[in-house]
Amino acid sequence: MSFLDVTSFLMDGFWISLTIFAVTLLCGAPLGLPIALCSMSRFRIVRSISKVIVWIVRGIPLMLQIFIIFYVPGLLFEKPIFSELDRHFFLEYGIKDAGRLIAVLIAFVLNYACYFSEIYRGGIESISKGQYEAGYVLGMTKGQVFRRVILKQSIQRIVPPMSNEIITLIKDTALANCIMVCEIIKQAKELAATKALVWPLFYTGAFYLLFVGLLTIILGKVEKKLSYFRS
Amino acid sequence: MAALEVKDLKKNFGKTQVLKGISFTLEKGQVLAIIGSSGSGKTTLLRCLNFLEAPDSGTISVNGKCLIDGSENLRLSDKVIRQNRLHFGLVFQNFNLFPQYTALENVTLAPTLLKTGTPETIDQKARGLLERVGLSDKLSNYPWQLSGGQQQRVAIARALAMDPEVLCFDEPTSALDPELTGEVLRVIRGLKSSDRTMIVVTHEMDFARSVADVVMFMADGVIEEMGSPEEVFGSPKSEKTRSFLQSFHSEL
Repeated sequence: MSFLDVTSFLMDGFWISLTIFAVTLLCGAPLGLPIALCSMSRFRIVRSISKVIVWIVRGIPLMLQIFIIFYVPGLLFEKPIFSELDRHFFLEYGIKDAGRLIAVLIAFVLNYACYFSEIYRGGIESISKGQYEAGYVLGMTKGQVFRRVILKQSIQRIVPPMSNEIITLIKDTALANCIMVCEIIKQAKELAATKALVWPLFYTGAFYLLFVGLLTIILGKVEKKLSYFRS
Repeated sequence: MAALEVKDLKKNFGKTQVLKGISFTLEKGQVLAIIGSSGSGKTTLLRCLNFLEAPDSGTISVNGKCLIDGSENLRLSDKVIRQNRLHFGLVFQNFNLFPQYTALENVTLAPTLLKTGTPETIDQKARGLLERVGLSDKLSNYPWQLSGGQQQRVAIARALAMDPEVLCFDEPTSALDPELTGEVLRVIRGLKSSDRTMIVVTHEMDFARSVADVVMFMADGVIEEMGSPEEVFGSPKSEKTRSFLQSFHSEL
């Protein structure tokens, strides 16, 4: 196999990695906000439920969560939803492994939403009480104070830890190979098994490095853009 | 009719009685200076007036209208609290400007959200207010680009933009370097007018003496002494007032 062939074969896997990355970010980041707000709720019961969920999701390895989501419907309810989806998508559209990819996406979105929610909570809670009070004494509503005063200051503080988490995310996508989703490392292992080529496994590192480099530049720009004010 | 009437206001934090029954009235246009050592309840009184704290009992009335009766023991709705707050303005000790907005935006934000006028009139008024506090050349500066004194003057303009009937200042110069207190005090002095009632909690005795119509000395949650500046500073009746004022003089 030529270098180009290997690259193209690995790229097929990296697209899956990027899909997991993008969906997790696009769904997990918004989902984190309601979870964060629940964790800060006035109502104790809401707060407790939210904190227990966050505790469980952050307390169990992501790989185990992928197994749970993928296998539990079949084991407990005798309905292996994701394998059925696999078959369905393959027979109907000729797409392989779509069901298990969905299982991975669910696990990733839930897991990352909980991590993001804690970052949001930290960012929101770090804004001084005086900022809220300044808004209130001017007659602003709680919603106005949150949206127009607190939010942007929180975002400024959230960006650096979010950047960290986002960079971790692209590397975590490798976990998807635990249920045989063909992300890039699974592809490389395939080459090792079928063509006795080991070097592509190490070559995958270059893909991650390039992408992380790109992310670092973009996130740095976002951080810079938000640095026009200091709080 | 009194512009502001406070009757028997009491506030506890847990078991600590912070306000033990505060009563006073202010006429429209009067300036009240509140002095006293820290922990005497001055700030809590201002926070009650601005509905940042709910009093346990007592009433607050503006222009004869009772806004809150603490002893009625019912929680006011957010909407009522917001309406009540509009009678008052508060300038904080540490400014609390909104860091992500320019000086001008800090002043226009609340009027814009509360739709007190058209965008043009709000903008014009804000520019006028900032000019009045001597900052017409700093309209598009962010708070971090301003000195403490300038920030506090923006905060004063921001409070004025909502046209409060009673404007409160909570130690407006305590967080400032000594050389910057003058500019802020000058601005406050310049706000004195027949239709603006002001309450200033301050440690600046000379300022209290020269600007206030009424001086209140608070100690341990009660009004220890209240009267004209001449009375309170010139011939204090209470022993506590005397020793408090003396401690100030001995510092100088």
